[in-house]
Amino acid sequence: MTTLPGKTEKKLGLVIDLDTCVGCHACVISCKGWNTENYGAPLSDQDPYGGDPSGTFLNRVHSYEVQPLATSDKPHPAAQLIHFPKSCLHCEDAPCVTVCPTGASYKRVEDGIVLVNESDCIGCGLCAWSCPYGARELDQAEGVMKKCTLCVDRIYNENLPEVDRVPSCVRTCPAGARHFGDFADPESNVSKLTAERGGMDLMPEQGTKPVNKYLPPRPKDEMDQIDVLAPFLAPVAEEPAGFVGWLDKMLEKI
Amino acid sequence: MNIQQPKIDTSPKVSDEIRKTTCYMCACRCGINVHMKDGKVAYIEGNRDHPVNKGVLCAKGSAGIMQVNAPSRLKAPMKRVGPRGSGEFEEISWDEALDMAVGLLKPIREKDPKKLAFFTGRDQSQSFTGFWAQNFGTPNFAAHGGFCSVNMAAGGIYTMGGAFWEFGQPDWDRTKLFMLFGVAEDHDSNPIKIGIGKVKGRGGKIIGVNPIRSGYNAVADEWVGITPGTDGLFILAMVHELFRAGKLDLEYLSRFTNAPVLIDAETGLLMRDDAGKELVIDRRTGKLVAFDQKGILPDLAANHEGNRTVFQLMAEKYLDPQYAPDAVAERCGISADRIRKITSELARVAFDEAFELDQSWTDFRGDTHDKMVGRPVSFHSMRGVSAHSNGFQTCRALHLLQIILGTVEVPGGFRFKPPYPKPVSAHPKPHGKVTCNAALDGPHLGFVHGPDDLMLNGDGSPIRLDKAFTWENPMSSHGLMHMVISNAHAGDPYKIDTLFMYMANMSWNSSMNSGGVMEMLTEKDENGDYVIPNIIYSDAYSSEMVAYADLILPDTTYLERHDCISLLDRPICEAEAAADAIRWPVIEPDRDVRGFQTTLVHLANRLGMPGFVNEDGSAKYEDYADYIVNHERKPGIGPLAGFRGKGGDKVGRGEVNPDQLDKYIENGGFYVEHIPEGADFYKPWNSAYQDWAVGMGIYDKPEPYLFSLYSEPMRKFQRAAEGHGDRQPPEHLRERVKATMDPLPIWYAPFEDSHVDTDEFTVHALTQRPMAMYHSWGTQNAWLRQIHGRNPLYIPTKIWEANGFEDGDWAKVSSAHGSITVPVAHMAALNESTVWTWNAIGKRKGAWALENDAPEATKGFLLNHLIHELLPPKGDGLRWANSDPITGQAAWFDLRVKIEKSAAPAECDPAFPPIKSPVGQGPKELTWKVGK
Amino acid sequence: MHPAPSVIVFTTLSGLGFGLLFWLGLGLPAVTGWVAFVMFAIAYAMAVGGLLASTFHLGHPERAMKAFSQWRSSWLSREGCCAVGALVVMGLYALGAVFLGQTWTLLGWIGALLSLLTVFTTSMIYTQLKTIPRWNMGLTPVMFLSFSLAGGALMAGQVRLAIVLLLIAALVQLAYWKQGDMALAVSGTNLGTATGLGDRGEVRAFEPPHTGTNYLLREFVHVVGRKHAAKLRVISFALAFVLPLAILLLTILANTGHHVLPFFAVLSHLAGVATSRWLFFAQAEHVVGLYYGKH
Repeated sequence: MTTLPGKTEKKLGLVIDLDTCVGCHACVISCKGWNTENYGAPLSDQDPYGGDPSGTFLNRVHSYEVQPLATSDKPHPAAQLIHFPKSCLHCEDAPCVTVCPTGASYKRVEDGIVLVNESDCIGCGLCAWSCPYGARELDQAEGVMKKCTLCVDRIYNENLPEVDRVPSCVRTCPAGARHFGDFADPESNVSKLTAERGGMDLMPEQGTKPVNKYLPPRPKDEMDQIDVLAPFLAPVAEEPAGFVGWLDKMLEKI
Repeated sequence: MNIQQPKIDTSPKVSDEIRKTTCYMCACRCGINVHMKDGKVAYIEGNRDHPVNKGVLCAKGSAGIMQVNAPSRLKAPMKRVGPRGSGEFEEISWDEALDMAVGLLKPIREKDPKKLAFFTGRDQSQSFTGFWAQNFGTPNFAAHGGFCSVNMAAGGIYTMGGAFWEFGQPDWDRTKLFMLFGVAEDHDSNPIKIGIGKVKGRGGKIIGVNPIRSGYNAVADEWVGITPGTDGLFILAMVHELFRAGKLDLEYLSRFTNAPVLIDAETGLLMRDDAGKELVIDRRTGKLVAFDQKGILPDLAANHEGNRTVFQLMAEKYLDPQYAPDAVAERCGISADRIRKITSELARVAFDEAFELDQSWTDFRGDTHDKMVGRPVSFHSMRGVSAHSNGFQTCRALHLLQIILGTVEVPGGFRFKPPYPKPVSAHPKPHGKVTCNAALDGPHLGFVHGPDDLMLNGDGSPIRLDKAFTWENPMSSHGLMHMVISNAHAGDPYKIDTLFMYMANMSWNSSMNSGGVMEMLTEKDENGDYVIPNIIYSDAYSSEMVAYADLILPDTTYLERHDCISLLDRPICEAEAAADAIRWPVIEPDRDVRGFQTTLVHLANRLGMPGFVNEDGSAKYEDYADYIVNHERKPGIGPLAGFRGKGGDKVGRGEVNPDQLDKYIENGGFYVEHIPEGADFYKPWNSAYQDWAVGMGIYDKPEPYLFSLYSEPMRKFQRAAEGHGDRQPPEHLRERVKATMDPLPIWYAPFEDSHVDTDEFTVHALTQRPMAMYHSWGTQNAWLRQIHGRNPLYIPTKIWEANGFEDGDWAKVSSAHGSITVPVAHMAALNESTVWTWNAIGKRKGAWALENDAPEATKGFLLNHLIHELLPPKGDGLRWANSDPITGQAAWFDLRVKIEKSAAPAECDPAFPPIKSPVGQGPKELTWKVGK
Repeated sequence: MHPAPSVIVFTTLSGLGFGLLFWLGLGLPAVTGWVAFVMFAIAYAMAVGGLLASTFHLGHPERAMKAFSQWRSSWLSREGCCAVGALVVMGLYALGAVFLGQTWTLLGWIGALLSLLTVFTTSMIYTQLKTIPRWNMGLTPVMFLSFSLAGGALMAGQVRLAIVLLLIAALVQLAYWKQGDMALAVSGTNLGTATGLGDRGEVRAFEPPHTGTNYLLREFVHVVGRKHAAKLRVISFALAFVLPLAILLLTILANTGHHVLPFFAVLSHLAGVATSRWLFFAQAEHVVGLYYGKH
């Protein structure tokens, strides 16, 4: 059913901390592994050992350089590098759902997860066209649209220990840069992190109302600012002889 | 609205069974849960209970399934049928292969054991492979440490009895300021990522010192884009500032380091009593006493009959204006103000944010302290500091900085992991006494204490093929794997008969000067025989090196084998616990391959090697698993510390337990023994820890010691160079030994700077390994090679603009040794005189079962072609090694290059002809799902 | 966007086909018998051929029937429904015209309306996509409709009507290009908003997530050289409008050769529209390209 639910009971999604992500691609491969073996068709790879290898991935890590503008405090700011994992944001106003001609794409009423019912998917690709984030990829072997399921087959899975009922990318992230939870609950970890750290939407002007939030990097290179009041260390002595005098005094205190 | 949505199964069965073993995708050695379906590997995730990774897993680990199904896996033993380097092989049986190997090795062992050079690469069983080599009797064994990070290991052990990485870790739960130096992205992979997450989560700060702002340095709050090779200078400038401001932990220095030890003014050696104990002046009584007397406070400011303390020498040295921030700023590429601010921040956090743990402890003097003082500043460092010709001294300088701030082995600081701390004196010395048909007189590698311990023959010639432990690199504790092939080829110091290697891709990314190595491996003498007569090689995969061997002994993948990650070797302990682990065959090989260590056991049995056969000639061990369980290094101490004793209830010391491996498997593939509370800080001096360590079998007796800010072994080498003693360096090395063996940390410019024209070669060139790729292993991995299938040379803005580069351009990169033509890309967050690329992405055509048009082979490249194992001649008639003069560590980060824009060639230059793949090629499509 | 031949053929042919059906439905010209057979055959060949071509890019064409179910929300579904409706109604109308010599005017008008609606729904498949600012403009349906009507009139032999409509379509085309060239900038979406990092400084894509290609890059990132595009625009404009108009004017002036010259005008127009559609796709910037540092 390709109309969007008016409201979902929960708003499950991810918080991705751009201040902490070291760009290791662990989430990318863990996702590939879990989702190749689980929900729907395997994520295939074409020409895997050849000249033009290419496969279906539901989560990819980009990296960007940001060149801050020079200021009087910081005339030569260093460029920054930010690792940027990106997967489906499970938008509240998901355009990928409403464009689907067959009803294969849908947003779950109970938790807001956007899913593809692969047996209904004709592989027209329009949902991928409508997604500003590049979150959907048409599997070249199976001819159906693949996307992040938020590991819907993990998060409720009674065959997994409770602690493991999180998306595989969250479970594997070594730096703890990925957080999973319910944004409809203001007391949840993800809601709190979003509030505390100024969690942001990607491309808010697209009007998709993404559920997933990104925590911006904290300010960087503050010790590179020109600041006359900077706390330099005060010398105890300028001469080695003076140092010995100071040392004697200090040793008496031990 | 009537929403109908499909009903889906949100609780599908995950797997039939979980088998817990240890990852092998880098030296991190995380615990993994291997989910099995229908007897096949379905999914791999981190093991939550495991001490190393606590459930998380990196990209390589998660992609393990693609290592296990890789088409590049070798299938059976092979003998070479075409010329070396062609890749033409014929599969043979194991019997034939072992016969061939024994046919080569037996005569060597009988007549001249040193004619076997046995070197292993990224071997995780060095305790075993070393044991094998020792019992074979050759002095020529080492692993890849000399090529990798011996400066870091030796610098740490000689200074404070342990180093970074598997030797120790920051106190992640308490540290507030974490400073990283030169850490390549893969190093200490998951623990460091977990730690960074913890520091960030608590709002702590991270300072990254690295010319390249990627990975960990990208998330650092402060990035110090230092000029390569100048870390030591930057560190000593901070030391200068700390001395100048008196921001020093005097009590710590006084009690736990050799700073208060008196130096004999005449010899420069430490003053000792008759029992050999270092002497100090007790500030309370003014008396000259041994350092370990109860109740004393060693006096840093003492002067005993003109003999001053180490600390006074330090103050004199480091207060010198040559180390002032203003004096070093330009060379380091860091402004003097920023150096001051960073120093000030280190001091602020160490001293103003100091805290106390309410935990009393008793030190080795018998003095009890009612609190543990915490200084929440910690450091970590790796290859960026280590892989320079000044790396050893720079590592020492970094430890000096840690120690004067009082941040080692204290809460919030840097903590050792068992079996460290361990003083140099508790390590073996190197051994090299060869007897035909008998074992070597002791372990090959170790720590020298002075000229007497060098591996030199009576005539001063090197005992070892790699010239480790000679005056060229006296403290080369890990050997010099990177010199083995060129020395064997040159017959210098002597010719060998057989080169036997394991997991060492010497004809490609594991050598400097890869093209030259290929020539050395294939060159024939005037009789038409290969200059290196026989080469035996073991690998699990069709690496570039396979083509250069005469006999291939195929290894298994990591899920098909037994291994032990042993306390005798490079263990996986935590600061609070000793731990070890195993690998076990969670799947059986579907090919005719055997774990290499098992093959070594079989060879040893056929050769009748001591240590492996009983007196009646019968085999002690059937295979490696048998060895792991039944071998005892000392009575009661074996490769695995857990579940010892008949009932499996003993730890550390205990009789052999035949069910030990089953116990490990039941326990998740590992064993952890926690250090008791109160014993887990101040370990080198904490009696409770020392006693625990003895119980565990880590020491035979308590081994408390002082940190060696002043290195006496180095002074002994320096003193020999000054003309003292029987063993003195040859004349051409005398000045260098004098200058570089300074017993207090110093900085000198990387050697390449004085051998090449720095006006022509203005640019520093570096490599680092991506987090998602482990050397060449990742390339065969269908998932990982999509992430890193080729590598551009990253160029900083200034050079990018000066050359008018645009996206898609290529450049010719030249060093004094050679040139390459490679694709370039722009990177702004980069030191302005540094270029870099990802290491070991470039591949030889035909290797790793890739097709010849693979991007790795056409657009991937190695910087190795620009680096020689020797420095360019400088007109003194000598060729100096491109290594650290103290440890012999390969100085590949000293590399200087020049960059010119080039027309885009069809593929990277140099391009080598394809080798014939001995395993064929992979499938055209992968839809890997093992469940229904 | 990747200019896939299937979608270019689809939008070009079905646009013209339904355009022709529109005029036939209105009885312009009011044909019967063999003439009607030929004209309806041409119209159906183009409309159905185009629709068939569009199924070539489906991963599962055998499930195409499912695509009629979501007409309440999906423009693609609506297009399917409208197309089938138009083809059925116009089919009945054609039966009457060809075999019974009847012109059922009301049916024709309904069919014409459905044909036009089909073209409109086709255009809305593209117009609705906020992700592609160059398509997400009011001028997109105007362009599709004006092209369809003009091309249809041309093929229906409505010379004077065609001249007027071609002139209008030509102006729409120019306006579309002009507005389209600014659309991405006007949309406000850029790498800064895409990453949320824009307020920190200038954002530049550094390493892509994979060194190789992927579905997204193949499908959405197609960079046409500016010079190349300008040249193609001139060619497309000349073929779609200038040449056909010249031919039509010549036809009127010469007042002879009623069928041969207009046939060339149709061919020229078809080639011009196909080129325009190639540009429609190839020049369309999908915002996902921003993440890859493209545009």
